Amino acid sequence: MHISAEELKKNAQLILSEIKDKSLSNKERTAIPLQEMPAQDPKIRINNMEEVAQGYSREQALVESRRCLQCASAPCVEGCPVQINIPGFIKAIEEENFEKSIGVIKEASLLPSICGRVCPQESQCQEKCTVGKIFKDPNKSVSIGRLERFVADWEASEAKRSIPEIKPSTGKKVAVIGSGPAGITAAADIAKEGHEVVVFEAFHKPGGVMIYGIPEFRLPKKIVEDEIETLKKMNVTIKQNFLVGRSRTLKDLLEKDGFSAVFIGTGAGLPKFMGIEGENLVGVFSANEYLTRSNLMKAYKKDTAATPIYPSKKVMVFGGGNVAMDAARTAIRLGAEEVSIVYRRTEAEMPARIEEVAHAKEEGIKFRLLENASKIIGDEKGRVKAVELVTFELGEPDASGRRRPVQVKGSEHVVEADTVIVAIGNESNPLIKQTTQELEVNKYGNIIVDENCKTSMDRVYAGGDIVLGAATVILAMGEGRKAAAAINKLL
Amino acid sequence: MNRIILKKQLSDDVFMMKIAAPHIAEERKPGQFVILQLDTDFGERIPLTIADADAEEGSVTIIYQAVGNTTHRLSKLNEGDRIQNLLGPLGQPTHIEKFGSVVCVGGGIGVAPLHPIAKALKQAGNHVTVIIGARNKDLIILEEEMKTIADELIICTDDGSKGRKDLVTAPLKELCEKNPKPNLAVAIGPPIMMKFAALTTKPYGVHTVVSLNTIMVDGTGMCGGCRVTVGGQTKFVCVDGPEFDGHLVDFDNMMLRLGSYKAKEEEDHHKCHLDLQIEQLQKNS
Repeated sequence: MHISAEELKKNAQLILSEIKDKSLSNKERTAIPLQEMPAQDPKIRINNMEEVAQGYSREQALVESRRCLQCASAPCVEGCPVQINIPGFIKAIEEENFEKSIGVIKEASLLPSICGRVCPQESQCQEKCTVGKIFKDPNKSVSIGRLERFVADWEASEAKRSIPEIKPSTGKKVAVIGSGPAGITAAADIAKEGHEVVVFEAFHKPGGVMIYGIPEFRLPKKIVEDEIETLKKMNVTIKQNFLVGRSRTLKDLLEKDGFSAVFIGTGAGLPKFMGIEGENLVGVFSANEYLTRSNLMKAYKKDTAATPIYPSKKVMVFGGGNVAMDAARTAIRLGAEEVSIVYRRTEAEMPARIEEVAHAKEEGIKFRLLENASKIIGDEKGRVKAVELVTFELGEPDASGRRRPVQVKGSEHVVEADTVIVAIGNESNPLIKQTTQELEVNKYGNIIVDENCKTSMDRVYAGGDIVLGAATVILAMGEGRKAAAAINKLL
Repeated sequence: MNRIILKKQLSDDVFMMKIAAPHIAEERKPGQFVILQLDTDFGERIPLTIADADAEEGSVTIIYQAVGNTTHRLSKLNEGDRIQNLLGPLGQPTHIEKFGSVVCVGGGIGVAPLHPIAKALKQAGNHVTVIIGARNKDLIILEEEMKTIADELIICTDDGSKGRKDLVTAPLKELCEKNPKPNLAVAIGPPIMMKFAALTTKPYGVHTVVSLNTIMVDGTGMCGGCRVTVGGQTKFVCVDGPEFDGHLVDFDNMMLRLGSYKAKEEEDHHKCHLDLQIEQLQKNS
């Protein structure tokens, strides 16, 4: 049942009036009810692109912050890829010193308003949280991500954003390839040292996956644009419509254009397909394409955008990650009548954030678990008309510890669909490698780096998905930060 | 940047534009293309092959037919106007070497991307025969330019208003039957023409390169919208192409995929024509 933001706020107010000025024991703290994230009513939100999660009210944040036990060992920090001082920023919320709180986060993370929204907290900080352990349920951990978002949004709404201090110019120039989370972070950290930074972006708008991939209803583009604006105010130049490798080779940047170092943060490149019959029929899309059309190209604004998006009635999305959820939820907003997510394992193994899975279900997305496509069937015009699915059961655990799905013999069955969206991950983009022979990559095409993110080439560093394979915004950010430190040391 | 420095109308709905883009002009090689977008917020990204480039002047030339939303709008821009976004050069350059004798087949505005390739093949020391095909004499483009390159130039029109009244496949077949047959064929034009050009050369074992122009969004390998089936395998036109072995391309699938958004395109096309008619009426009154 949907609870409105006002109701959640009222409940929080009541709780707060009882506990606000008390010194709370750990037992009392764990007894405080977890604060749910206010969200748009599913019935309404499936007809708009606006953000689903609306963010904690001040009251909710103050209540939730009191659920934190301030453990001396702080296991949550261990779970954070960039080691934010989590108890520290939560303590400051409890003290109602939001300015201090955001300051604590920013010591470690550059993009809290983004990470607070898109980090998979349940498999990072919140997985390790003592409160969650007490309840033996990570879903009952302190809502660290929601609190992070709360202070980041508070900062934005109070117009408290400050431009980081920039050291005097060193006269040295660094090229950053790609303006996604890894690139933005690296650019900011390098610019702070007084080096001139030029960020090269192939698309016409900067922001990488945060602009083309993650939908507006999960990460409003305004937030990403604000981060880019901050970067520009730090004297970082962003050059759009520039594909390093083709518009200019990486070597030319170093040898002819006067760059002292290069950071490669080009992200995950080529979408994977399933390798089954019918995959090139009309109506089969990579999630990358489907989401880019809607997000970056604004195809959801059907009357204003020139870019078309496929008119769908019955959509099947393959995959169980955040991208699959994003694609399915986009399809329903674009007017599809029936949208299913098909995943060959069970919900427990789904890599998507728990909140996204829950939101998808609330929006009426059907889940076909332990199923996968074996063939896509087209009509006489080469358009998708159905998908042949096979059923799986879970067998013995594989190397990753997850139980391996095993196909049930003779379980083929045909289900009607006019659109298939494939969201099973990406392979690395071969472009930079193709045009830069010296750069060493592994068998998956990911760039090989040392512990400082340095590649096989002098003065060339890399981080984010092009190194890690498909990962998360926060990991990419962590890598950008590490590489920036190494570049700053080198220069 | 991206200012239109020259605009010429080549026929009813075919236009040539020279655009100031020094970076692209410097790096581009024959066979490569650009992605163009007219409006950063709501424009679509369309791939266009580079017809020519002048590194000294810092310009690239595109030739296009006003058929879709963006190309119609583009045709309304004039010298001095700016194109908001232009990305390139993209795609693998044409493999140029001395093959011996080469036949270059261009249909409609496919002659535009063919031109720099024919030029480079000639410069590499090949004997170059050019076949140009068009519906009628008014739709023939770059005839003079091709004349200066080609050792032999054959023109075919559907209605016989110029050159031979034939499809390009007729002279192509004759060349393949000659002894010695061509060492290489390059065919660029409408998909249906490339399909039949490839079918024509196949029995003679003449290796045939085709350049594909599919639907694209990013043009850098990220979206996969441009994928085609080549020899049973999925390839991305933007990073693996745009040129492929014509004998292996599944043209039927490619043509179906090109029609993915037909309904919306037809609606847009209709709207554009209405706009043009209204403009015309306003001019007349």
